[in-house]
Amino acid sequence: MFDDQRGARREFLKCMAWAGTGALFAFEGGVAGSIGLDAAIAAPKAPPAVPPFTFVQLSDSHIGFNKPPNADARATFAEAIAKVKALPIRPDFIIHTGDVSQLSRDDEFDDADQMLKSTGLPVFFIPGEHDMLDADGGKGFLARFGKGSKGAGWYSFDHRGVHFVALVNVADLKPGGMGNLGPEQLKWLKADLDARSSSTPVVVFAHIPLWTVYADWGWGTDDAAEALSLLRRFGSVTVLNGHIHQIAQKVEGRIAFHTARSTAFPQPAPGTAPSPGPLKVAADQLPGMLGITDALFVRGKDRIALIDSTLAA
Amino acid sequence: MHHAFRMITFQALAIAASAVAMTVVAVESRAAPASSAAVVHIDNFTFNQPVLTVHPGATVTWVNDDDIPHTVVDENGSFRSKVLDTGDRFSFTFAKAGQFEYFCSIHPHMTGKIIVKA
Repeated sequence: MFDDQRGARREFLKCMAWAGTGALFAFEGGVAGSIGLDAAIAAPKAPPAVPPFTFVQLSDSHIGFNKPPNADARATFAEAIAKVKALPIRPDFIIHTGDVSQLSRDDEFDDADQMLKSTGLPVFFIPGEHDMLDADGGKGFLARFGKGSKGAGWYSFDHRGVHFVALVNVADLKPGGMGNLGPEQLKWLKADLDARSSSTPVVVFAHIPLWTVYADWGWGTDDAAEALSLLRRFGSVTVLNGHIHQIAQKVEGRIAFHTARSTAFPQPAPGTAPSPGPLKVAADQLPGMLGITDALFVRGKDRIALIDSTLAA
Repeated sequence: MHHAFRMITFQALAIAASAVAMTVVAVESRAAPASSAAVVHIDNFTFNQPVLTVHPGATVTWVNDDDIPHTVVDENGSFRSKVLDTGDRFSFTFAKAGQFEYFCSIHPHMTGKIIVKA
């Protein structure tokens, strides 16, 4: 296992080299202790080796967006897809954290779908508010990307010992409010997490941040506290969001929060503009403000390492 | 420090601007009580007349001047626009007196109110 980790670390360093101007966040955590304890109680033998793996987060592709600063969000999404294909470690899968489309149009969903399929990788989706704009309030998105999901599109799955939870906080939004999970989803989440031991690493993804980044612009989730209270007993929790088209991060106890860049257009930092509308940057600056997030999971000492890289890198 | 100062300045300006806007609305609704049509512009993620008073029978038109789509949805369901992309409009005729609180279902922090009275 130690050798595995050494190998992973070497690969990881390669990633860092590749990331260039991208930002790197690596989290140290107390995960190893709890895993060791559980394993020791279960059986007096070494914990099973979980091979390292990576997955990629894409977000806010806004296929169909064609205004300043980006006349063609399809083209920049294609660049992001090319970056995924060129990654030195082939990811196990992709997660898309919402706003796949600009206006929930079928051709927008279809173009995104075709480009993602060209990677040959499984893709896990959750909707953003831009994916809920059809007359049926998200049926088009769910029919294409939400097969097997519950309610407005939530679900969970396990991958190599990590529990992934996909939450929807863009359905049935309340006047004056921010993102919203709703009682039905929270009830499902409780039952879903109750079945997992505290040593299970958990990755939660949702479109709007699950912590309040900036309330005046609705950048938060009204009932997130209830979800987070269910997650606090776990030794390693990583929360991945989109929506705000820029990197923001926070660590609270054993929960690490991170938002990804968009592949379509940047938005202003909280409170630095009259509104959260697209940041109209010059054409030569745009690629440096769009990007993807590569996540590396190594079972053991390190928490998930998140490597953000831009389309300029 | 510089950043904090800029934010305070911005908020002060925003407060001043909304105070002016509210005064103008109040004056307009007194000056033109019989108007049968009114326009609410959506700009910078706000309804530019957050409170608008009209007479029964008036038609209100919302125009999206933002480069991001918005919607206009009555909290109690009496009207609901389709998604309004840049330049799109939505109109609704208020037949009876009452208060209609509405919001953008995509960006729910955007709220407004139509007061209909004779």
